[in-house]
Amino acid sequence: MTSAEDPVQRRKALMQVLARADQAELEAAIDRFTPLPPLREPRPAETGLVMVRGRIGGDGAPFNLGEATVTRAAVQLNDVTGVSYLLGRAPERARAAAILDALWQDPAAQPVVEEALAPVRRRLAEAAAEAAAKVEATRVNFFTMARGED
Amino acid sequence: MYVAVKGGETAIRNAHALLAEARRGDPAVPEIGIDQIREQLALAVDRVMAEGSLFDRDLAALALKQARGDTIEAIFLLRALRTTLPRFGAALPVDTATMTLRRRISATFKDLPGGQLLGPTFDYTHRLLDPALATQTPAAPAPAAKATPKVSAKAASKAAGKAAPKPPMGETSTPAAPVPRVTDLLGDEKLIEPAPADTGAEPPDLTRTPLAFPADRATRLQNLARGDEGFLLALGYSTQRGYARTHPFVGEIRIGEVEVELFVEELGFAVPLGAVSVTECQMVNQFHGTAEAPPQFTRGYGLVFGQSERKAMSMALVDRAMRWEELGETLSAPAQDAEFVLSHSDNVQSTGFVEHLKLPHYVDFQAELGLVRLMRGAHAAASDALQDGDPE
Repeated sequence: MTSAEDPVQRRKALMQVLARADQAELEAAIDRFTPLPPLREPRPAETGLVMVRGRIGGDGAPFNLGEATVTRAAVQLNDVTGVSYLLGRAPERARAAAILDALWQDPAAQPVVEEALAPVRRRLAEAAAEAAAKVEATRVNFFTMARGED
Repeated sequence: MYVAVKGGETAIRNAHALLAEARRGDPAVPEIGIDQIREQLALAVDRVMAEGSLFDRDLAALALKQARGDTIEAIFLLRALRTTLPRFGAALPVDTATMTLRRRISATFKDLPGGQLLGPTFDYTHRLLDPALATQTPAAPAPAAKATPKVSAKAASKAAGKAAPKPPMGETSTPAAPVPRVTDLLGDEKLIEPAPADTGAEPPDLTRTPLAFPADRATRLQNLARGDEGFLLALGYSTQRGYARTHPFVGEIRIGEVEVELFVEELGFAVPLGAVSVTECQMVNQFHGTAEAPPQFTRGYGLVFGQSERKAMSMALVDRAMRWEELGETLSAPAQDAEFVLSHSDNVQSTGFVEHLKLPHYVDFQAELGLVRLMRGAHAAASDALQDGDPE
């Protein structure tokens, strides 16, 4: 199975976007599904910490670098549980992301969620491309000078 | 010893009100916003996150505002806040090879694969104060490279999680093609020692288990990552000046964003949480060989939250110096002494003990005062006795 078909990889790709979308973008996506089916919140949004790890030398044994704030939430829509974990203290964003995760798991709703998030993906891709182009403009080629010792 | 005191409530309350007023400064000057601190004093925010050991730009900016710009006080505030939050778990180790690069330089190879990107650096500036910044003149936008560079396409698809132009359903999560580390290039020829292998063991955590000696390298790196930049800078500098020389080269410095993933039991996979910015320094140090092993370069490693290459470089220098025993060197300087370095690197601990001296020590001092009076009395009596006895 390629990663395009792998449901876990596709859900991870969704979560990657949800973690980066702002409140207005998430709400705009949810708005396509109003009225929402009855919603239960088995885990209301909660902020906590995740220990971020690095590796010695970049590729060796792990070590603890420091913590980051993370907000998580879980909601239930029609018996489907949507889960979100994202960096920062953002209960509303976490709740909205969990709702979209739940909606996305319904095969009928999935294309609508994907379509609703397309502008977010576009914004993120454009911002990343612009940042990368500006960094690219600082690419440097140093020349080693002859020292004229002869 | 500090002894508890009672009373002074009104004075303390008023002092805190006065502090709040002093923090605000001249009310005729507009109040600074957290967003302004986060965006315009980003490196101060980064330092507070690194040494506060908590990645959260808004909280670090708030802490800086509350601390009136006092870095260590702001770090203290972050450390205090983290004790109030539950721990959800430990993330998978970040992969710095897949970093979205903002800067990447090498002092050892001019033409390394992936090239050198200066990024937003103070290097090569003339350190002349710019009067234009004292005005509200908007800055000109930075030039962007015209040709779509490979790096940008990779970075774009990585940040978006998917390739944006493709139709949503057919998209795949394409991980950015890694930019090889300088140490990988040297490692391919076995010219440099490999990093210690991942045995699958959980790394020790200083926030759970107090520092004990001997401290392994993972513990030392966690301590250095949150250690005081000034202290580590001075120690790193001392190794350059001859106090345990390690003959360092900056193999590579890279600054950028790395994705953080947390394995969530209930889902059964690692959830992407977003990206944190980090600075990584690969120090390539003096080579080393024994009868059994041919000569190889050795390494020091630095990894810090945010953009702080001074800190990452200092960390790498001190990491390498502390490896003296493992590499069969002799202990001759403070930077090598793990017990000395790790016990004094934490500026919250240091400031706590130094600054506690200003708290009431009245009882303690009364005892010392009584003792000195007693001894002076005894001393005077002894001199008198000596003088009285002199004529004889």
